[in-house]
Amino acid sequence: MDLTLKVWRQKDSADAGHFETYPVQGISKDMSFLEMFDLLNEKLITEGKDPVAFDHDCREGICGMCSMYINGRAHGPMKGTTTCQLHMRHFLDGQTVVVEPWRAAAFPVVKDLVVDRSSFDRIIESGGYISVNTGNAVDANSTAVSKESADAAFAAAACIGCGACVAACINSSALLFVSAKVSHLSLLPQGYPERKTRVRSMVAQMDKEGFGSCSNTRACEAECPKEISFTNIARLNLEYLHAGLSPEGPVVYSP
Amino acid sequence: MDLLAKIPEGPLDRKWTQYKSTCKLVNPANKRKLEIIVVGTGLAGASAAASLAELGYHVSAFCFQDSPRRAHSIAAQGGINAAKNYQNDGDSVFRLFYDTVKGGDYRSREANVYRLAEISSSIIDQCVAQGVPFAREYGGMLSNRSFGGVQVERTFYAAGQTGQQLLLGAYAALERQVALGNVTMHARHEMMDLVIIEGRAKGIIARNLVTGALERYQGNAVLLCTGGYGNVFYLSTNAMGSNVTAAWKAHKKGAYFANPCYTQIHPTCIPVSGDHQSKLTLMSESLRNDGRIWVPKQKGDNRAPAAIPPEERDYYLERRYPAFGNLVPRDVASRAAKERCDEGFGVGNSKQAVFLDFADAIERFGRTVAHQQQETGADQDRILGMGREVMKEKYGNLFEMYEKITGEDPYYTPMRIFPAVHYTMGGLWVDYELMTTITGLYALGECNFSDHGANRLGASALMQGLGDGYFVIPYTLGNYLAGEIRSPAYPLTHPAFEQSEQEVRSQLDRLMGVRGKYTVDHFHKALGRIMWEKCGMSRKENRLREAISEIKSLREQFWKEVRIPGIRDSFNPELEKGGRVADFLELGELVCLDALNRNESCGGHFREEFQTEDGEARRDDDHFCYVGAWEYGESGRFEMHPEPLEFEVVHPSQRSYK
Repeated sequence: MDLTLKVWRQKDSADAGHFETYPVQGISKDMSFLEMFDLLNEKLITEGKDPVAFDHDCREGICGMCSMYINGRAHGPMKGTTTCQLHMRHFLDGQTVVVEPWRAAAFPVVKDLVVDRSSFDRIIESGGYISVNTGNAVDANSTAVSKESADAAFAAAACIGCGACVAACINSSALLFVSAKVSHLSLLPQGYPERKTRVRSMVAQMDKEGFGSCSNTRACEAECPKEISFTNIARLNLEYLHAGLSPEGPVVYSP
Repeated sequence: MDLLAKIPEGPLDRKWTQYKSTCKLVNPANKRKLEIIVVGTGLAGASAAASLAELGYHVSAFCFQDSPRRAHSIAAQGGINAAKNYQNDGDSVFRLFYDTVKGGDYRSREANVYRLAEISSSIIDQCVAQGVPFAREYGGMLSNRSFGGVQVERTFYAAGQTGQQLLLGAYAALERQVALGNVTMHARHEMMDLVIIEGRAKGIIARNLVTGALERYQGNAVLLCTGGYGNVFYLSTNAMGSNVTAAWKAHKKGAYFANPCYTQIHPTCIPVSGDHQSKLTLMSESLRNDGRIWVPKQKGDNRAPAAIPPEERDYYLERRYPAFGNLVPRDVASRAAKERCDEGFGVGNSKQAVFLDFADAIERFGRTVAHQQQETGADQDRILGMGREVMKEKYGNLFEMYEKITGEDPYYTPMRIFPAVHYTMGGLWVDYELMTTITGLYALGECNFSDHGANRLGASALMQGLGDGYFVIPYTLGNYLAGEIRSPAYPLTHPAFEQSEQEVRSQLDRLMGVRGKYTVDHFHKALGRIMWEKCGMSRKENRLREAISEIKSLREQFWKEVRIPGIRDSFNPELEKGGRVADFLELGELVCLDALNRNESCGGHFREEFQTEDGEARRDDDHFCYVGAWEYGESGRFEMHPEPLEFEVVHPSQRSYK
């Protein structure tokens, strides 16, 4: 099949950027969207032109590196699918496809479709962990964790940190990403001791990075390739409220 | 140079305890003055960087991805082994050790493997403490499953995303240390060369991948945690960026490369669909717990799988290996699939695939649920529906991934699978302390060669990566650094840094300067084809010789005709790839050379000349019971130094899974 691609080209973060149109021929329906870009780049290089820069690594939907905004949707038209797992059989011969980078103030463009997501790392640094040094641990089965809690924690922890939630959000909010981590850790007894400071510092860091606020449109949930639930945001709000309302100082464990 | 493995004296089960009690320590005030460079932030790198920073050292960590959380450990699916014996099914440290040595076809070091088995339990404890959400039973205890090559259930898992959850745990520990100022993280940086001063590893040259600038970093020790070299085959389950460059540059500066021909071909991957294919996707080995592998008994049987009655199916693993059935080790399963396809029994359009069928398991699970819920009158559809729900819980993400890639739904039709390059057991030679033949240079995780012998068992890579990082290197590195406290921090203006940077720059200029007509991928694909066809699942002397000469001429062609667009000092992904493929073109030759040298079949290395009458691998313990450690010589002459393997506890025997 043949496609017409309109791709965002931007030399670096200082450049204003613009769209370029490229016809791409001979696409197989079994190709992934990134393999289609490989085909385009192969052609551009042979013609002596600058290939399109895009982030990618594992190409199996788990590393969270790929990040294309395709026809107005983060990771394209398929539900629960990263760009690398999006296959060309879902496009029509002759279709025009517009490809842009994630657009958010907190994700400055590095080049073309590559953005800088180090703000996500800094949010994790602010508290997205359990403070346990290597060697501190007791036997893994010494604390029972209900299957329901473990499953819910896992579902939240499945976030791949790709940033599609931010790209999809009208306010460029990172709340789905932040709430997934807050939920994962506060659903487990191991995460309990730091739960108040964690939610406060992560939310503060998110604001500092320039992400917007949540206005409950649920676009993040709709576009998340790992289908991270919006419920996590409710849980974060509850955690935040709890952190603000409960007294400071020692607490009694009540899972 | 003699290879000193530095294995502690004493009985096997006392060696590590003895070592830990007697190794040198660095006092806290001195730790603060010591700088450690960690290259790579997968399970080995992130766990090492975090643990060393917790101890008080200052760590500079590097990864080529945009965040340390994206290292390819994240893609590991099935699980992580530990000798917890939570299932009361007879597991023990000894049994995990024994299974690993046997699974590795008696080509690994007993002492290293025993240590790995010993620390396996602590890894699980540590991960749970970090909040890794492992699968649990209704009573709140951890759940286990079994994996290939073993007869107990010792694998801990988080659905089909175990690597992701373990890496996020190690990443969180790493970020915590970044926040505390103990780790300086350099993402989008690639190590280009190792800097050696007075015979010791003292720093690296890294390229800032955003600006293209070359940067110098000094350290009292350098840890390479850079993963395996499976991408030398072009198509593999590795990430697109996975590469051998850091390890290869170290090799060229004196680190021996051990057992490069031990490459693991994983039996259950999604088959190649066409020339455009850029990578292969694994379907976790854990699926073999519940899936049955078969091909039609009749050649060219093109009926839909469901239309082929059971008696006309050849469940060849169950037929050939009744004791282990579908759970034979990876090397055995891969070769058996190749054998069926070579004989013309393959399925699908390419005929290079076999079926992995879940129909029986779906029905079995469905019946169990019906029984539990006391639905005695449930009809077949209802039972299968309930069975599919159970499968979804166990393997949901894998089934989804398969459906996305192939467009077929494995809940209703068998998967088509074929072996693919997955892991490399070979790597930089290290001693018991994980130090390479360059003083002060260490290799951890898949980057080293030490624990898996000639074949790695499933769910052991995660165990080794985290074991090396959390529990081995914090002790063994101290033993070296205790002697480093008087050693000065060399200034970055030292001539050795100057010279290394110059060498890197001139190689980059050389690459940019070719301005030929073919892309980097063109050469990478050509190399991959040679490697897969002549040094893949099955090897033979004449084909290996051909491969070596073809790789040599491909390398020459590369340096005459490769085209790297853009400019050197900029964000230039093609230049990154170019450097990596240049190194693969050198490594590929060494892999073939090692395969040619090893006149036996063992584990992942199968030489057609050396097989039993029924087609099983035939080892030659009299002549090849050694680690082949290769020294890099001028103009591509490699010299092999054997490290004899001594088995004091386990006695090598013909591996049998029948």
